[in-house]
Formats: sequence, C-alpha cells, structure tokens
Amino acid sequence: MQPQTLYDKLWSSHVVSEDADGTALLYIDRHLVHEVTSPQAFEGLKLAGRRPWRIDSVVATADHNTPTRDWDQGIRDPISRTQVETLDANIREYGAKAYFPFLDARQGIVHVIGPEQGATLPGMTVVCGDSHTSTHGAFAALAFGIGTSEVEHVLATQTLNMKKAKSMLVRVDGSLRAGVTAKDVVLAVIGRIGTAGGTGCAIEFAGSVIRGLSMEGRMTLCNMAIEAGARAGMVAADDTTIEYVRGRNFAPKGDHWDRAVAYWRTLKSDEGATFDKTVVLNGGDIAPQVTWGTSPEMVGSVEGNVPDPARIEDPVKRASLERALHYMGLQPNTPITEIRIDKVFIGSCTNSRIEDLRAAATVVKGRQVAAGVKLAMVVPGSGLVKRQAESEGLDRVFRDAGFEWREPGCSMCLAMNDDRLEPGERCASTSNRNFEGRQGAGGRTHLVSPAMAAAAAIAGRFVDVRKIL
Amino acid sequence: MEKFTVLDGLVAPLDRPNVDTDAIIPKQFLKSIKRSGFGPNLFDEWRYLDHGEPGMDNSKRPLNPNFVLNQPKYRGAQILLARENFGCGSSREHAPWALTDFGFRAIVAPSYADIFFNNSFKNGLLPVIMPAAVVDRLFLEAEATPGFRLTIDLPRQVVVIPGGQEFRFEVDAFRKHNMVEGLDEIGLTLKQSDAIRAFEDRHRAAQPWLFV
Repeated sequence: MQPQTLYDKLWSSHVVSEDADGTALLYIDRHLVHEVTSPQAFEGLKLAGRRPWRIDSVVATADHNTPTRDWDQGIRDPISRTQVETLDANIREYGAKAYFPFLDARQGIVHVIGPEQGATLPGMTVVCGDSHTSTHGAFAALAFGIGTSEVEHVLATQTLNMKKAKSMLVRVDGSLRAGVTAKDVVLAVIGRIGTAGGTGCAIEFAGSVIRGLSMEGRMTLCNMAIEAGARAGMVAADDTTIEYVRGRNFAPKGDHWDRAVAYWRTLKSDEGATFDKTVVLNGGDIAPQVTWGTSPEMVGSVEGNVPDPARIEDPVKRASLERALHYMGLQPNTPITEIRIDKVFIGSCTNSRIEDLRAAATVVKGRQVAAGVKLAMVVPGSGLVKRQAESEGLDRVFRDAGFEWREPGCSMCLAMNDDRLEPGERCASTSNRNFEGRQGAGGRTHLVSPAMAAAAAIAGRFVDVRKIL
Repeated sequence: MEKFTVLDGLVAPLDRPNVDTDAIIPKQFLKSIKRSGFGPNLFDEWRYLDHGEPGMDNSKRPLNPNFVLNQPKYRGAQILLARENFGCGSSREHAPWALTDFGFRAIVAPSYADIFFNNSFKNGLLPVIMPAAVVDRLFLEAEATPGFRLTIDLPRQVVVIPGGQEFRFEVDAFRKHNMVEGLDEIGLTLKQSDAIRAFEDRHRAAQPWLFV
C-alpha cells in the first residue's frame, strides 16, 4: 500500500461516502460547542423540526462572553447574559455528553477543557464553531473550525460535506534554544509562510523540535495553524500524547484503553509519505518572536527592528505595511526592545495552560510589574488550570509582582467581555490575533510567548527573555 | 437558502488585502442570538467615526466619509471587489450574514480564507475567485467608471465585464449545485442517513471507546 500521511489516515477513517467530484461526507466524532456560534444553529434545528443525531458527541461550555472577575455578580452585560443563558437552555433541551456552564469549577476555554477532560482523543474528528479548533490536532486528531451553518449540520447529521485539503509538512529540525517556546516556533512559521501560506492545506508539524514539545506546546502550535491559513494543524501521536491522555475524565478505560493505545500508535505519517508542500525550519535559528503589525505574519525576532516600508517594492504590500505601522503607532526601524507597553495579557486558547503559567511565573518570580504598565493580567484557561496553578503557588507569584489573577475564559483575546484595550493602548499578549481592533477598538496588540509577555510586564517594554532568565 | 443564478450588480471596490472577519463584523455584535440584523454594523470600525455597540441607533452615528461603502456612488452595491485572503481569521458566520444583510450577493477576489469561503456558500453569498491580474484590472475600472457593474453567471461560471468580455471562474460542483438550486444541505445529507448509520456501526466496532 502507498505510504499515507497522518492526514490521509484521519481523513479516510471518517469518510461515510464520496461523490464523483471528490466531495466527501465526513463523520464527526466530537462536537465542541460554545455560546457565540451555536444559538442560531440550535434555532435552525428547532425551526426545521430536527433532532440532534448523536448528542453525546457534544461537549459544551460558555467561555467567550463570561467575565473574569466578580463572578458573584453574574454576567452584568444583558446581551452577553442572554447568549450564555441561551446555551444553558439549549443544553437543557437537547442534552450533551458534558456541559461546563458559567460558574462551574471545570468551566473554561473550550480548547483548553476538551483536552483537559480527555474529550479530545487521538484519531478523532473534532469540530467547533471556532477557528482555533485546530488546537486539538495536537492529539493526532483531525480538528478544524466551522461556521454556524455547519454547527447545525453536524448537530443534525453528525457529518460535514467537504473536500480533502492539500497536505503540508512543516518540519522543525534541531532543537530550540533556552527561552524559545512553541509560540515562537509557530510565529516564526507564520512569518515564513504568511497568513495565507497554509490556505487550502492541513498542516502536519513534525521534526525533532516538535517531538520534544509537551502537549501544551503542541496545542499552542496547532492552535495557530489557522493564523497560517490552514484550517487544521496536527502532530503525530507518541508517548507524550498517550501519557497526557491517560487517566483523564473521558479517556478510554480498561480493555478499551489498551485497544485505543494500539490504534493511536499508528497515527503518524508513514515512512515515504509525500506532502503537497514542505517547509523546513531549523529550531536553533528561532529567536523569541514579537509581532509588530496587524496580522500575525507581521512578526520578527525580538532582536530586530520595525521594518521600513520604503524598502518594499510591491505597492500593495507597501501600502499594507504603512497602514499597519500607522495603526500600531510605530516608526520604521525602531528596535523592538524600545517599544513600551501599557497592558499585558497572559491567557487565551493559545497560551493559558498550566505550562504557560509556569513559564511566565518563572520570569516574574521575585520581580515587580513596571510602573508604566497600567494592567497586567493572568487569565487561566480553565477552572482546573486555575486550581492547579494555585496549588503550586503561582497565583501568589503573579499577585506579589502586581499582576491581576482572574477567572477563566477567552477574555482579552477577543474582548467580548469587559476585558479590553482602550484606543491607542499597547499590549503584550499571549493570544493569537493582532488584527485591528481585536482586543478593543483602536487597541494595539503584540503577540508573544508567555515568558516574553512576563518579561515585558517587568521591563515595561519588550525585552529578550533569554537575557533575564 | 436563496437561489443564486445570474447576478447583475453594482461593484464596490475594497482595496486592501487580508481583510479579516474581526474587521467585517467586530466582536461586540456577535452577542446576538439571531442570524439577521448585522448589515448596519458591517465593517463597523471603518464605516463609522465613533465606537459602535449593540443597540445603538446606527442611523444617527457619524459616518467615515472616506470609507468606500459610504460613498454615494456605491450605494446599492451587490458585488464586493476585494483583495487576497479575504475573510481571514475567526470562523464567525456573522461575517457572511453581515455582508448579505447589507445587500452583497457576491464577492470577487483573488483568494479567500477557507472557513469564510465555506460559510459564504451556505448563505447564498458567492465568493468568486479571479486571477490577481484580472482583479487589478477590475479595481482600475471600478474606480474609474461611475456605476461600474459586473454580471456574474453562476450556471455558466463566468464574470462578464461591461463590453461583454467574459472571465471564467472555477467553482466546486457540489457547492454550485446547492447554490443554483437553493438547496437545504442538511435535508440533502439526511437522505444518506442509512449510509451514516452503517458507517457509525463500523466505526463503533473499530473504536468502541468513541461511543462510551
């Protein structure tokens, strides 16, 4: 048999049927649901008089709209509250395998709690009405974001009509230097291939650097596959994967566990499998990354400078760069380490897991947030991450340094709740998008790793975390 | 879904690459639990000079006179001419909902982000892919010609420019069929219920832990 890629294996094991032009009906194992992209889907189901096909595929939580403080006061914004209550009502009516509502001790960002609960397993197809569903590909799963019409389609049929994507291999060889993390790797990849570099592709991340990453690191990596334009990112299963899943709430038990592990060990690209595109990076060449523009591809080393539009020939690209620098309030050729910040956000589905908080705390410990920083906040990815961090004393490390220690949720990654930047404010953020207005109208976002965000909080400007570790 | 066959429409040119879904419809408007009513907040941060929030009377807000959709000559536009990687970012279907609610029925651009592209077909919004050189030319003509219109013929898969020159575009046969016929995709898939059940039985036998 022809050698297969991991993507080939995940795809072909879920094809229900395929028509002559290659459109396949793909079976969906896990459907993650949150409050923002599901109300219209449940409404559509109801209006058509349909029932969910397999409601025990659904794991749901409220995360986008939920506040990160004063939980005893509930959700004060009435429109946000209605949306969260609509999810409550829909789950009451239709059920779910698990629901972690607002105020539940296990509530959190949907892409944090899926893996944490063992609801994301190797070999699965995982969808969610959220582009960062690519996160779950870290488990050798085929995971991708969908729109609300597709949420309804999956609820009603447990399937999606789709065509197979092209395959892309991103191989990161060698090893990372101290202070360089999965976030820096994925930003460097996006810097190399661009925000549309992976469009139409499913990316497999491989190579010695990836093999050496923890599951948290692999989730960070796959999370941002979508920022390279790829709906899905994935990493082959290995001991790291299996040990992470072992013993989790919804992980297979007993005989099922042994059978599952035997199968999961096959979830890797075969020797000699070919990819439509291949990109190779050397891990040792990657420095801590900082975005300076309004797209994740506008990124570079912390040791570098803001680029100069005068050096760009293509008029469309030059105009785009000028526009980005104008929005960001940056002068060409400014050293990245001279950019001062107003706020720091450590959180989001990209970087809010326990390892992220540990990395940030290591930098922060025994130091103080700089006087010029108006707000530095840590928003754990879930209630369980928060509790774990508190049991390790990380909350004290952050609080003693002047950080705010918040309740879990999406928070200032997209600023749907009260956590946001004011116009002109500049933020060192561990989130995934630096689009105009993403963290609040007029807000200026610089994407960095948790360690780099922590270092920026202490210095009041970007610094190379390797110099202070 | 509304059928899409032949559209003859006024063209509005939005000359910037990588237009993301946060720009198309900012997050504060995603709190709605409805599918409709997003049009007045399409491109909210570019279109208005003040900061928009749900529940505001948009007719009383100050418009940005420089933003293309606020120019009287583009009033009633049904075709958005755009640059590469249109619709990147979030999966929010509110983006095509806002575009259609505003009045757009088609977009012409060199490339789109995958999820946005997919979402558009589900909402009767046709994302036409044209080579960058053709798009460059259309931008020049749209900006130079008052009342510049295009005809987009989905059954024949052509864009017709004034004067009659035709440019063929590719579209997936399944998506085209659904759009031309205005089909309910879920109803269509449910005709394969037996095949889905048969697959589910095989899948359960192979990976029983997925069904516990």
